[in-house]
Amino acid sequence: MSSTKTSRIGEETRVDKVNAELVTLTYGTIVAQLCQDYDSNYQDVNKQLDKMGYNIGMRLIEDFLAKSGVGRCANFRETADMIAKVGFKIFLNVTPTVTNWTSDNTQFSLIFEDNPLADFVELPDDGRAQDELWFSNILCGVLRGSLEMVQMQIEAHFVSDVLRGDDTTEMRVSLVRYIEDEMPPEEE
Amino acid sequence: MPDNTRGVFSLIIINKAGGLIYQREFQSGLRNLSTNDYLVLAGTFHGVHAITRSITPKIPISQPAPSPATSSTGITAPAASGYSYPNPGVPVSGLDYLETDKFRMTCFQTLTGTKFLLFTDPLTGSVDTIIQKIYELYADYVMKNPFYQIEMPVRCEAFDRHLGAWLRGRT
Repeated sequence: MSSTKTSRIGEETRVDKVNAELVTLTYGTIVAQLCQDYDSNYQDVNKQLDKMGYNIGMRLIEDFLAKSGVGRCANFRETADMIAKVGFKIFLNVTPTVTNWTSDNTQFSLIFEDNPLADFVELPDDGRAQDELWFSNILCGVLRGSLEMVQMQIEAHFVSDVLRGDDTTEMRVSLVRYIEDEMPPEEE
Repeated sequence: MPDNTRGVFSLIIINKAGGLIYQREFQSGLRNLSTNDYLVLAGTFHGVHAITRSITPKIPISQPAPSPATSSTGITAPAASGYSYPNPGVPVSGLDYLETDKFRMTCFQTLTGTKFLLFTDPLTGSVDTIIQKIYELYADYVMKNPFYQIEMPVRCEAFDRHLGAWLRGRT
């Protein structure tokens, strides 16, 4: 059977859902492999995960826009809500809480009650992973890549993770600037 | 289901820098422009689209007693907060469609800046639905193809196949 024909069958027998644990396992394997490849240099692993996420985000945003049919957000607060309630919901089926806004509305935190990527995970006890590895760092990259495609330059990083023994899993997201002339109207 | 192919002549996709990344006819025997002409068309349209965005009239922000003197074309650069677009809830868009007696060209620009130009018969209905579906197929079979390089010409066999099949109303 030719490979195009096989792929055609694969496309035609479409299933709407893939087993979530397979995703978790795949992601875990990738992180573990990176830890090996980078000789447990966790800073490099974090960086690599972020880069991978960035490439995913640049592609995923089109799927998000095409299928959700949402329009442009009027301000960064709306963007944050859209990320948490629509983006994370449709792709990971979780809804992180948006909180800890700075007074200028350019920085917020996402608190994850539930993180499907980290199910079953225990960080290696080499005395460093607990302090240096951000296991779900790919998510920061995804946000960075997807928002860049809709003219927002942001910075995202984890500040705590239950995997490290923290009470919450929290990602901090900061708006750096709107790119080009695509500036949405100021609200005030 | 309506016959969607009827009246859909061709599709052009323009990346956010104004480069032509996809071009296809949906009816056999259509007279072709040369590749170069398509590239020029894409670039020109990109420019015109940007111009139509920037010439959107701006009206003074409504004050208690708007003075009629300020309602001129506003050629001088206004103070940043003094003017706004008509109907501020709706974002400024560029050219949405061009129509002649013989055809209609509909432009759909995604929030990421990619433009889809669909050439149809002026009588073809539900063009928006067609374009939306094309966007979904693009998101699936182009953007999710890990070997497709973003912003580069689209050469994805699956996209061609699904696009053709859907437009023929087969999917």
